[in-house]
Amino acid sequence: MSAHDQAASPRVEHAWRVLHDVLDPEVPAISVTDLGIVRDVIAHDDGIEVVVTPTYSGCPATEVIAQSISDAIDAAGLGPARVTQRRAPAWTTDWITPQGRDKLRAYGIAPPGSCASEATAKVSPIRLMARNVDCPRCGSAQTERLSAFGSTACKSLYRCIACREPFEHFKPI
Amino acid sequence: MTTAFAPLPTTASASGSVASTTTESIVFAPTPLQAYLVRIGDSCLIHAQRLAEWSGHAPILEEDIALTNLALDLVGQARALLTHVGRQTGFDEDQLAFLRNERDFRNVTLVELPGRRAGRDFADAIVRNFLLAAWMNVLWARLESSSDAEIAAIAGKAVKESRYHVAHAADWVVRLGDGTDESMRRTRQAVDRLWPYTAELFETDDIDTAAAEAGLGPMRVSLKAEWDAIVAPVFAEAGLSIPATGAFRSTGTRGVHSEHMGYLLAEMQTLQRTFPGGQW
Repeated sequence: MSAHDQAASPRVEHAWRVLHDVLDPEVPAISVTDLGIVRDVIAHDDGIEVVVTPTYSGCPATEVIAQSISDAIDAAGLGPARVTQRRAPAWTTDWITPQGRDKLRAYGIAPPGSCASEATAKVSPIRLMARNVDCPRCGSAQTERLSAFGSTACKSLYRCIACREPFEHFKPI
Repeated sequence: MTTAFAPLPTTASASGSVASTTTESIVFAPTPLQAYLVRIGDSCLIHAQRLAEWSGHAPILEEDIALTNLALDLVGQARALLTHVGRQTGFDEDQLAFLRNERDFRNVTLVELPGRRAGRDFADAIVRNFLLAAWMNVLWARLESSSDAEIAAIAGKAVKESRYHVAHAADWVVRLGDGTDESMRRTRQAVDRLWPYTAELFETDDIDTAAAEAGLGPMRVSLKAEWDAIVAPVFAEAGLSIPATGAFRSTGTRGVHSEHMGYLLAEMQTLQRTFPGGQW
């Protein structure tokens, strides 16, 4: 069975629909497919394999995400589910879907900008000035970084100077 | 953290109470190529352990969160490397982390030096974090072209993380070095204390040679020029001078550690040693 045939199979399509509703435990506004961490869904004779790419090396949610995916696939009657890990190519915030970015913004988290330039850039050690991030509430570009890290490794803490609201920013990586 | 902690086993052995039980150390005899990877994995792991000691103790909340988040990345990188080596040697990551004896750890000595305790200072944590982040950044970038596909994949992720580790640590080196008279004095003292241990980051021995010949990873000596190129401008910006390198060579990568390592391991391993096979 070729990859194309598999993509068209109803079981695989059903599995993708189920995955659209499996939420990231750390950012419960967006799903694992919004995050772009589900790289492949493969139908086997004895179940469904979901291929996932980890976000951060030390992300404490990795195991929980694998379990949630497995539970959801099983609950939909598609199981038994098997979650496998694919490290390369490494996940980047550029894989967060446009819908995922909208959901983040609506949830009060400023979505990451493109990091295509980041990947090719040399290490720039001195970065005392935070990059410009628009406020997800009022849209103002007048914001300042309060803390490089926030409630999770993938986010930093900002404040909007215009509307005075604090907000989180999903860092580009 | 979202991980739920399951209760630890309450009966660990038939012979006595849990408290009197300890787990035997594993016998770990890596090949040179495995030892090369363990050196990197252990350096990540022990560095993470030292950074995590700042949890609840950093001078400001933002830095408390930052240091522990950096530690989390490092633990993740260590897990990936130790799991990979473990597959080849018949151990899992927990056995390698918690059941090896001191002499079987191969981290660079720099990571095990006390950070928060024993009269050391926040400046020590910051300077060490910077020197190591720069080293890891150069190393991961080179490991992206490893002949071992799994190592290349791990490095592809880790190099991105090390990039913001360097940026964050460098900010602090400048802030402290170019700060008040007091912060500069203490940062200079930290540099003087730590610098002798940086020589080991660029030593080369038969394990490095074996790894380089196999295409697994670079010889440490080949990382020096790129490391200097990251460190020098930040030190200049911070008003810190780079000390001369003396004759002292630390030997953690050969398994011969400083007097601080035993205490560190006692703390890091106590749970697994006391509750054999405990999982969460």
